[in-house]
Amino acid sequence: MNTPTSTPTGAADPATTSDARPEAVRADDGAPGGAGATGPTAGRTGLRARLAAPPARARGAAPWVGAAVTAVVLAVLPLLDLRVPGVLPGPTYTPGTLHLLALCLLYGALALSYHLLYGVAGMLSFGHALYFAAGAYGLAVVLQRTDLPLLTGAALVLVGAVVLANLVGAISLRVTGVSFAMVTLAFAQAGNVVARRNIGGWSGGEEGVGLRTANVPDWLVGVADTRNVYWLALAVLAGVYVVVTWFQRSRAGHVVEATRENELRVRVIGQQPYLIRLLTFAVAGALAAVVGMAYLLLQSQAVPTISSADLTITLLVMVVLGGVGSRWGAVVGAVLYTLLDQRLSVFASSDLVQGLPAVLHVPLSEPLFTLGTLFVLVVLFMPGGLAGAAARLRQGRRRR
Amino acid sequence: MSITVLLLITGLGLGALYFLVASGLSLIYGLMGVLNFAHGAFLTLGAFIGFEVSRAVGATTWPGFAVAVVLGALAGAAIAALSELLLIRPLYQRHIEQVLVTVGLGLVTVALYEGIWGTDPIFISGPAWLDRTTSVLGANVPNDRFLAIGAAVAVLVGLVLFLKHTRYGLVIRAGVENRAMVTALGIDVRRSFTLVFTIGGAAAGLGGVLASQYFGYVSAHLGGTLLIFAFIVTVIGGLGSLTGAALAAVLVAVPQQFANYYLGIGDLIAVLALALVLLVRPSGLMGAKAA
Repeated sequence: MNTPTSTPTGAADPATTSDARPEAVRADDGAPGGAGATGPTAGRTGLRARLAAPPARARGAAPWVGAAVTAVVLAVLPLLDLRVPGVLPGPTYTPGTLHLLALCLLYGALALSYHLLYGVAGMLSFGHALYFAAGAYGLAVVLQRTDLPLLTGAALVLVGAVVLANLVGAISLRVTGVSFAMVTLAFAQAGNVVARRNIGGWSGGEEGVGLRTANVPDWLVGVADTRNVYWLALAVLAGVYVVVTWFQRSRAGHVVEATRENELRVRVIGQQPYLIRLLTFAVAGALAAVVGMAYLLLQSQAVPTISSADLTITLLVMVVLGGVGSRWGAVVGAVLYTLLDQRLSVFASSDLVQGLPAVLHVPLSEPLFTLGTLFVLVVLFMPGGLAGAAARLRQGRRRR
Repeated sequence: MSITVLLLITGLGLGALYFLVASGLSLIYGLMGVLNFAHGAFLTLGAFIGFEVSRAVGATTWPGFAVAVVLGALAGAAIAALSELLLIRPLYQRHIEQVLVTVGLGLVTVALYEGIWGTDPIFISGPAWLDRTTSVLGANVPNDRFLAIGAAVAVLVGLVLFLKHTRYGLVIRAGVENRAMVTALGIDVRRSFTLVFTIGGAAAGLGGVLASQYFGYVSAHLGGTLLIFAFIVTVIGGLGSLTGAALAAVLVAVPQQFANYYLGIGDLIAVLALALVLLVRPSGLMGAKAA
């Protein structure tokens, strides 16, 4: 039994040393190279960071500790009297602030589900809003039309969303790349049309569907119960985070990442990229539907705008701002975007902006102008978004 | 019978608008591999510039309309050329980032239009002839439909002639087919990137002026609405194919009009057609060829 086990370890040892040697050589070369060497060096350090990632992860549960501490801090926020002027509209225990924070958390969860599609699987979908809206509208309609209790209804809607995601995914995944983006966009647009047209009187047209509270537990309904909804949103975010992490570390997650990098090689190994992509698509869709249901409980209604392509584009902006491929990046990007969107609207109607000349006043009064400009700048000048910038900072410090 | 004729010609008019957007999209994608999400913004700018110009010259006069058409197309061409030079070119060969930049540009421009012209649609009127109808086989067809169809046919013919009979057209066609080879032969394909973007922007700007006549209003979201259908048309026609886009524009718009009239679900028909085409022929009706 000894010989077979010793062989792989023996084979692995020279591999690691040979990996380390060129690294040291390169570091020596890089120092006098100066600014001119940034291009290729950046690529190679990125690769090195990725190679170094598994041991770092294995070294301890540090990421989980960070996540757990963040979750605990977020969980006790409604019990505290924290004021962050300019960022939050009021003290953290007030329903208004908690509502905004819950919205941030839900968008964080939604951005995480989008990260699974775009960051992990490399599938640029422009139709992710469809599943979010399916969750929100589905639950609203079920509660409106039937007497099912909340959880049973939610389970039913989840099953429906999974079926929908499989159906749409099965067709859309026949094409890849940019065509895939357009096809998913078209399907989401169809969903948007169904929501707006009020076909059969189900979706309520432009007004949407309100939340009928008869079968919703009392502790989720009132304005004073906003903190319960906030905790629900936090639970949803935590749940989505765990599922996404678990999926990424599962075998399916590894295969889908490999598919993103080189589909042909995955096929040669004997895996089926189509099925694995479909699985990822369905998981992301199901997660989005769950977030959609929580969104319905928070906002008390489902309106057509949540099914529009603009929502998916918003998700894309969030994920890119935070850094493609990074889980916490997606969440931070979403929270940042939601807060900015909210605060920029307030800022836009302030006297300061209203008093400016038209050249400044017109663009500044549109939050989307500022956010869009920020997005373009990040794409042009900050590859990797916030997560990329953080990684560069950390690396720079380590080198010094 | 008269209703059938009316729906048919209205559908063709709508298809003409789709084609004016899709032709640029398809060429840009075919040559550069960039899906241009800002194309709707080019169209909207053309519509707004056309609206402002015709208001200054006289909206209901023919000269006013003619100036609007020309300046609308020029505005579309100018913004397209600028965005190619300033935003797309720095990200050369990084397709996903290029798509993201156009998405951002789309957000910024629509927000800017909303800031300048407001969020509500502005209802407009053109020369009196456009508001009148012509009787075709008993159907009273609004004249702006004919104008849209005529413009789209002219653009199609002009583009095909340009692609087939000029040196630039030759480079573009060759680039769509095999960009690496064209570059290897010592031709700077990037110059034709700007050219294709400019042409696409001009077609979109022209489409914007005509679309505002067709729908009777201008709004910041005019382009976004048309863009989604133009995407569908582009995929059905086959990415990179001009004639495919023309064919698909008709095949999408005409059934859409009929379904809208009889069933009220025209937009769904377009998506269903897309699903059908993808199931049968994932590469679209016609492969990647520029003309």
